[in-house]
Amino acid sequence: MSCTKTIRVLIAKPGLDGHDRGAKVIARALRDSGMEVIYTGLRQTPEQIVEAAIQEDVDVIGLSILSGAHNFLFPRVIELLKEKNAQDILVIGGGVIPDEDIPGLKAAGIAEVFTPGTPTSKIIDFIKSHVK
Amino acid sequence: MGDKYSLEKLKEEKKNWEETKLNKVLSKHPERYEKFYTNSNIEVERLYTELNVQDMDYLEELGFPGEYPYTRGVQPTMYRGRLWTMRQYAGFGTAEESNQRYKFLLSQGQTGLSVAFDLPTQIGYDSDHPLSKGEVGKVGVAIDSLKDMEILFDGIPLDKVSTSMTINAPAAILLSMYIAVAEKQGVSPDELSGTIQNDILKEYVARGTYIFPPEPSMRLITNIFEFCSKNMPKWNTISISGYHIREAGATAIQEVAFTLADGIAYVEAAIKAGLSVDDFAPRLSFFFNAHNDLLEEVAKFRAARRLWAKIMKERFNAKDPRSMMLRFHTQTGGSTLTAQQPDNNIIRVTIQALAAVLGGTQSLHTNSRDEALALPSEDSVRIALRTQQIIAYESGVTETIDPLAGSYYVEHLTNTIEQKAREYIDKIDKLGGAAKAIEKGFMQQEIQDSAYRYQMEVESGRRIVVGVNKFQIEEEPPKGLLKVDPEVGIMQEKKLKELKSSRDNIAVGQALKELEQVAKTDDNLMPVILKCVKSYCTLGEICDILRKVFGEYKASITI
Amino acid sequence: MDIIQSVLNGDKRSIAKLITLVEEKSDDFINILKKIYKYTGRAITIGITGAPGSGKSSLVNKLTRILRTQNKKVGIIAVDPTSPFTGGAILGDRIRMQDLTLDEGVFIRSMGTRGALGGLSRACYDAVKILDASGMDYIIIETVGVGQSEIDIVKLADIVLLVMVPGMGDDVQAIKAGIMEIGDIFVVNKSDKDGADRLVTEIEMTLDLGSSKNSWKPPVIKTIATENYGIVELSENIEKVLKHMMQDDLLNVKRKSRIKQEIISLLTETLIENIIFRYSEKIDMLIEKVLERQIDPYSAMEIIISDVK
Repeated sequence: MSCTKTIRVLIAKPGLDGHDRGAKVIARALRDSGMEVIYTGLRQTPEQIVEAAIQEDVDVIGLSILSGAHNFLFPRVIELLKEKNAQDILVIGGGVIPDEDIPGLKAAGIAEVFTPGTPTSKIIDFIKSHVK
Repeated sequence: MGDKYSLEKLKEEKKNWEETKLNKVLSKHPERYEKFYTNSNIEVERLYTELNVQDMDYLEELGFPGEYPYTRGVQPTMYRGRLWTMRQYAGFGTAEESNQRYKFLLSQGQTGLSVAFDLPTQIGYDSDHPLSKGEVGKVGVAIDSLKDMEILFDGIPLDKVSTSMTINAPAAILLSMYIAVAEKQGVSPDELSGTIQNDILKEYVARGTYIFPPEPSMRLITNIFEFCSKNMPKWNTISISGYHIREAGATAIQEVAFTLADGIAYVEAAIKAGLSVDDFAPRLSFFFNAHNDLLEEVAKFRAARRLWAKIMKERFNAKDPRSMMLRFHTQTGGSTLTAQQPDNNIIRVTIQALAAVLGGTQSLHTNSRDEALALPSEDSVRIALRTQQIIAYESGVTETIDPLAGSYYVEHLTNTIEQKAREYIDKIDKLGGAAKAIEKGFMQQEIQDSAYRYQMEVESGRRIVVGVNKFQIEEEPPKGLLKVDPEVGIMQEKKLKELKSSRDNIAVGQALKELEQVAKTDDNLMPVILKCVKSYCTLGEICDILRKVFGEYKASITI
Repeated sequence: MDIIQSVLNGDKRSIAKLITLVEEKSDDFINILKKIYKYTGRAITIGITGAPGSGKSSLVNKLTRILRTQNKKVGIIAVDPTSPFTGGAILGDRIRMQDLTLDEGVFIRSMGTRGALGGLSRACYDAVKILDASGMDYIIIETVGVGQSEIDIVKLADIVLLVMVPGMGDDVQAIKAGIMEIGDIFVVNKSDKDGADRLVTEIEMTLDLGSSKNSWKPPVIKTIATENYGIVELSENIEKVLKHMMQDDLLNVKRKSRIKQEIISLLTETLIENIIFRYSEKIDMLIEKVLERQIDPYSAMEIIISDVK
């Protein structure tokens, strides 16, 4: 019997942004660290992301945006999770996100924001230490 | 190359040097690494000599500027005649704000415009579409109708500037709007010069702003080729782009290979549509990235030029020399910019811009230092533009043509990149061409593998990125970043409402109906799109009709 | 409300949570499964297998949409291989089913094969039961046709769809022995490609060879999933095959043998685990002896078995 839980992560790109290099690199890195990664592809609405996260019963949602729409789309995901009573899912974000936006996103419920240059190992460690 | 003494003697002397001088030093002081690689993982030897290029025939492989195979450049005088076009990609918020930025850039000595559109515009949604929420005006200017386009170019004489538009899936619509604005200024289409990106294949591979499935998308592209060959002789009908392929993680070799493979697909599609190669090929243009590995990048541009010339001549039997010339725009590498110590990006951009100029680019965008953080501020854009101007006017590299030709290393790299790119193209041909290779996920997989390898090299420390995994400092958060007014979406929505209540809605309905009919035939779509645009149909309305007839593309390739 | 009742009510979050409990072999999961078992057996299970890139997910997507027009509820389990080295997996089938995500009557779950040596994990079997109990009319299980999972699918599904694509090297001759037998319906997807008709003929010929004892022959259907071509025909054939299986009592025979296999494999697993756990010291000692060639492995086994008795 396995003693540690397999961590499940949904990697999603909300909005219209098509830059998925970072999302894909992170998906692979998480896989290589032993996690199950559900990759949902481009142009996901917050509604789709939350519903997929619930059906997949993931521990973590990783959102990636480079288009600048994070201030609208990240909090919307959190809002919907709350509506569905699924706020126990850890939500992290990444992409081109100005420092000054980060406090607001965290206040909205994003657990951590990873900006360009973050090593994947740091994200892996964060997930491992924050998933109960 | 030279033959004052035999290559045999050179070989012998080199061996002699290795055994006596070199090995003595190596035994005491080993080199930093066992093996050295370029940015694209081409192994780099310690020393290059004539031995590395001994099989090269100067006249066949290099030739003269303005002559086949154009390795040394597409014009006989290059920058001695005219400098490259300094063209900064810009656009954000509303048409009014972007218009201001363009006027600022032109006043600072920029010589061409480059329009960035926001994502809803690029994907064919109006600003009031639910999916546009949060995206309006963010990565570019929001254009919903001809009204916005009129404001965007207000006070800018379109017969005087050349304009590049980064627009792909709805390229035909934005081009039509541009034509319509010009007509209002009294400028006819044949006077217009500029470029539309119009490269859908790389959207499927790397950039993600597709709308329709490949087949109707290719039709729209060839419709534009045909329309422009008759009406817009100075317009570049496509900018076949390696830029985004590189940004997605490709190596320099993959950038050349996949871009030219896409190019081959467009040429084949146009020929299949009944066009003759020399009618449209002279207006094909290219768009490449410039990364930090200076000499590899220079070699990349030269290799791309030579390989394309050979492809056009040998594969497509082009006769017009202009069909064989690879003319290209360059943008410095966005993915090489760091959020850490952003001022360092100025230096990176300088190296990259230098590579583009040494590689013979026709136009250049230099990234701003703060682009890993936000849209560039006016100050940062000015520095970026000044970087080009310093290279142009102070560095001296513009005074002679293709100054790095004859460097053993650069020539060797040029040969290697050409050869490896050719191998990729052969592989893609075997898969059935670029469109099929993309459908199978071949290019995507290759690019993702390279991206992942690069990231792991950075994380292991084998690859050093200054300020990121070495020489880090504690930093204050940067100040003065540009913020797009969050009200842009609301303003655009209001404008749309006004438009829809003031325009002739009967004419709109008729134009859209006609569009639907033509879309179902094989006729050229450009005239009817032009008609729609002029009746102030919105971009979203036009795209919705086309979505209805053509369907939508759904990406299916995973990791 | 307890999780069992919520699952029976079709609550998606509870269904998802229970599948996780099963995947993680959490305490009490067996008790829960025991309690829901009596509510299972109503859904039709369809297995879809084929080589990577044969378009299975797109087929599942399109087939589900047809079932939805008939107001059937559909549960989908998409299985991807787990890396044997890291235990991680990229589960990417969902990407082709995006437009089903917000459909009330559809539930999609991606699963890794986890420790199942290329086959389907125990949890996958249990997930089917959970979806069944939650009121799904159809449960579609999609597995990549590599290794053991395509054989395992027979133990899980009432009907198996074997998906092939022309020109992908899966000419019938090249298909591993034993695979042709598992298909109840053969789907030639991407049938606009060269060689589609040849592939159909080859499949039909092979089926003719093997069907002497039984007059029933599995249908061969041409589809182009991405263009919705042939999907209606496929769904009609699924109904046809089902009808045939019910008429001849084949469905019950199949389900009976599936239950038998399940009991046997549960027995085997439990017994072996028990023995290994209870006699671990003895086994260690016997290993030493075998290593020194004092005894042989067969005798070692006999010693343990005699102890168990």
